[in-house]
Amino acid sequence: MARANRTMVRSYTDDLRLFPTPAKRVGLVALIALYLLVPYLINDEWGSVLALAGIVAIGAIGLNLLTGYTGQPSLGMAAFIGLGAFIAGYYGGGRIEDGIGYDLNLFVYLLMAVVAGAVVGFLIGLPALRLRGNYLVIVTLGLVFVALYVWKKWTTFTGGNEGSPMPVKADLSIGFWSIDFLKPTVFGKELGPKQGLMYLAWGLVIVVALLVKNIVRTRPGRALQAVRDRDVAAEVVGVSLFRYKVGAFVISSAIAAAAGVLYGLYLGFLTPDETSLGLVLSIQFLAVIVVGGISTIYGSILGAVLVGALPKLIEEFVPDNWNLPILGWPIVTNEAGSTGFSKGALATAIYALLIIVFLVFEPRGLAGIWRRIQAYFKTWPFSY
Amino acid sequence: MTKFFNLLQDGLALGAVYALVALGFVVIYRATGVINFAQGGLVVFGAFLVYQAQFTWDWFGGGSTWPGFIASALFAIVCVAAVGAAFEALVLRRMIGQPIFAIILITIGLFLLVEPITTTVWHNPAGGIETPFGLQRITISDVRILQVNIATVVLGALVLGGFFLLFQYTKAGIAMRATAVDQEAALAQGISVRRVFALSWAIAGAVAVVAGMMLAGGAGPAPGLSVSLAVIALRAFPAIILGGLDSPGGAVVGGLTIGVAEVMAKGYIPDRFPALGAEFGDIVPYLIMLIILLVRPFGLFGTREVRRV
Repeated sequence: MARANRTMVRSYTDDLRLFPTPAKRVGLVALIALYLLVPYLINDEWGSVLALAGIVAIGAIGLNLLTGYTGQPSLGMAAFIGLGAFIAGYYGGGRIEDGIGYDLNLFVYLLMAVVAGAVVGFLIGLPALRLRGNYLVIVTLGLVFVALYVWKKWTTFTGGNEGSPMPVKADLSIGFWSIDFLKPTVFGKELGPKQGLMYLAWGLVIVVALLVKNIVRTRPGRALQAVRDRDVAAEVVGVSLFRYKVGAFVISSAIAAAAGVLYGLYLGFLTPDETSLGLVLSIQFLAVIVVGGISTIYGSILGAVLVGALPKLIEEFVPDNWNLPILGWPIVTNEAGSTGFSKGALATAIYALLIIVFLVFEPRGLAGIWRRIQAYFKTWPFSY
Repeated sequence: MTKFFNLLQDGLALGAVYALVALGFVVIYRATGVINFAQGGLVVFGAFLVYQAQFTWDWFGGGSTWPGFIASALFAIVCVAAVGAAFEALVLRRMIGQPIFAIILITIGLFLLVEPITTTVWHNPAGGIETPFGLQRITISDVRILQVNIATVVLGALVLGGFFLLFQYTKAGIAMRATAVDQEAALAQGISVRRVFALSWAIAGAVAVVAGMMLAGGAGPAPGLSVSLAVIALRAFPAIILGGLDSPGGAVVGGLTIGVAEVMAKGYIPDRFPALGAEFGDIVPYLIMLIILLVRPFGLFGTREVRRV
């Protein structure tokens, strides 16, 4: 008997395979090669953009687990990002010059942030058991403001209104081998801090993406999706709401706190205020998962690359002063006080428009577009 | 006691503003089942449009004269009501049948859009909006009451009273109530549900303008005219949670309670508990909301939610 094609799906386990086709396996190898090479090849400026995209991707994957797969919309990301960042500042040696805090290595304070994020996530998850949809959004909205207040007042931990410097080194040593991600040496060439951070961020993206993918494609993931689709019905068929709702909050918050550590390293200095850790940061993460595609992991990564790179793309490719052709209306300006968007405002406006446009015209996001392209080539030359 | 009454008059004015914003939330929620995060954005947008008419165009000698004030207010109300209705018709109507989360996100998107637009067009002007009520204070045995605070409470009461009359006695109000109970049944009775949706958004926009105008005009402990008015308007969320998402009366009670509680906390906490600081007042609304949600998730006057499997 002839062997069945290896890509054929014969049982549910086949359907759950992570990399079902040879093309995907080749793609995986290519992506890993890209991961190892790109930070080495590009300069620190673009490294900074891609590092930010990686950091946003980590947080977005975590948020996607909670919002996309479990159906618990949350505006609380900014609080967890702040938690992670300030743990990095306090325990990673950012404030050691002022005689405050500790000087631990990256692995230790990353782990501390993950644990702290999980604990706070557990506490937030408890009231979420009683709340759904609309109400949950409002509670997590409150969380952002309460967290901001706590950061401002807890001066020993966060530096209060003066802010907290972040660690200047992110070193990791495993016996014979050690690396400082903020000043790495690869193949004898010394890289810039943002290039190093890119290795760290995208390494963590791989870990987190595999973790979340493995959660959602197995039994717990099916339980989470049952909770999302109708929580009462899920409970009736034996899914423990406590376990899965709170569990989703715990894991998602832990991931968000880890992203916060890297975000702190990326910024170098963090002051707790409306602009840095306010509602807009949370909304940006929601924008990422909406633009990328809700309930897909690779969608979150695609969205993060687009949204993370947007400010830099605008900086690079939009001229400083740009008027609308023919009509001559000023659209972009770099002079304060004259009419026209500043580039920062333009980026915010584009985020907002992206959310609206994607939700109305392409609710499945970039992942949906990608799937449509795939389907087109798979069935080519037939259009159905 | 003097301090108490001084704080009370600020708190009631702020509460009246919260009640107006909260009423906007409730009107939209009852009609369409959507929580409108953009309400805070409409407040800001309305306040800036009033500013545009008063200062840039200088209608009838600016906002400190009655004709100027009324004209600028009407202009902003018409504009923002139109924006609300247009947003409903052009964007939200396409989303009917989509998950509620997606619709909330769209309103969050609109909320996010307001800040870059207002800063681009108006560049954070210094000072606030002018009102004919002025910033003088009336002194009644040591208690010094800000005139604009009185005006805010009176204006708030008038607008809310007008809304209740409209809601209770006019044909449009009856159509709105019928739609809230059952959209299909309302449709079968010949009510244009579309028009009700648009009307709800227009009303929400109009009350948002009144709220924004009074906030930027100096009511309560207001920061003047800036995009941070949106953050203040977000604190009307605790007010609707307290009162119940679908109860206009609850919005008024909730708004006043939250406003007074916030101002009292700001006034008393720095003295009694210096470690907490005056900013604690900013999060008091959210803390009240959290407690209410855990005890009565549907609010004081809201309808208990019945869920089917």
